[in-house]
Amino acid sequence: MHPLIREAEAAQLRTDRPYFRPGDTVRVSVRIIEGNKERIQNYEGIVIARRGSGLRETFTVRRMSFNVGMERIFPLHGPRIEDIKVIRRGRVRRAKLYYLRDLRGRKARLTERRVSASKLEAEANAGQAALQAQAALYEAPVAEAPAEDAAAEAKSE
Amino acid sequence: MPLGLLGKKLGMTQIFDESGSMIPVTVILAGPNFVVQKRNIERDGYEAVQLGFDERPERNVNKPDLGNFRKADAPPCYFLREFRGAETQTYEVGQKIGVCDVFEDGDRIDVIGTSKGRGFASVRKRHNSRPGPKSHGSMYHNRPGSGGASSYPSRTWKGKHNPGHHGTERVTAQNLRIVKRDPEKNILFVRGSVPGANNGYVMIRKHAK
Repeated sequence: MHPLIREAEAAQLRTDRPYFRPGDTVRVSVRIIEGNKERIQNYEGIVIARRGSGLRETFTVRRMSFNVGMERIFPLHGPRIEDIKVIRRGRVRRAKLYYLRDLRGRKARLTERRVSASKLEAEANAGQAALQAQAALYEAPVAEAPAEDAAAEAKSE
Repeated sequence: MPLGLLGKKLGMTQIFDESGSMIPVTVILAGPNFVVQKRNIERDGYEAVQLGFDERPERNVNKPDLGNFRKADAPPCYFLREFRGAETQTYEVGQKIGVCDVFEDGDRIDVIGTSKGRGFASVRKRHNSRPGPKSHGSMYHNRPGSGGASSYPSRTWKGKHNPGHHGTERVTAQNLRIVKRDPEKNILFVRGSVPGANNGYVMIRKHAK
């Protein structure tokens, strides 16, 4: 990827997203604009997939609504997503939980992943560090680019 | 001011607009451009400016070309193209032109580039012909079809869709919208795709239609 594109993407990356993984139950607060009014709608369900990387990363949240399965795909770095809260951690053995689509009721439930508070914190920190690292990695050329420009300019004059 | 700019396609990405919608954009490095020559009616029979883009080390330029750049007091450039029109005469030779001198946010533009080369391509790829039946003994899967009728015209019509060289030709993408500009880095973010491979040179002009 061209450094200038990375830079443009870095500017849009959000580092305020919590650590979560497939199997976790999350509450996504989505900002909705209706006419002039703006309100926040919560959408709660199980994360069944995360895909893509960087600015293009998305996650899929599945929930049962009036006995009908419903899935929404959110861009992780989308500005319309006000907040993501992890409500419950599920123990799963796959990265993509598409098999949940074929299951209903009790079978579609996931067992909770019980981990110590310290481990949770470590996970959260690691997740945050990864987000920061991504942003930092992308931001690295920012400092360099103007210097290069200046050098090129000096040369041309 | 229907003057255009020369640039380089850097690649595609996406940006979120104010409403939070995702917009696919092509990132074009479009400057700085330098006015290398001016054409006028007396001498050349038409009015235009020749712009240069993408600075080039002097040691790479042959002496006749270098003389041209020296004369214009412009740095040597890899990519040179002319933009025609009487309005272009307001520019001075040697002038440096940035992205914001020419375009505004929301402007409609045409982007002209050289499409990706496909080599010797079949009618499927080159003329979008449909495949024949796969089964029932058809034996006619990806063929170019009939060359024409027999007694009349006793030859193949010109323009018959046949395999051959495809791509690497001048293509214009019309009416693209400028979503964002970065004056410092001379970058344009243009909605949608643009002809050619990454790092290919493009001409950008105000929309013709």
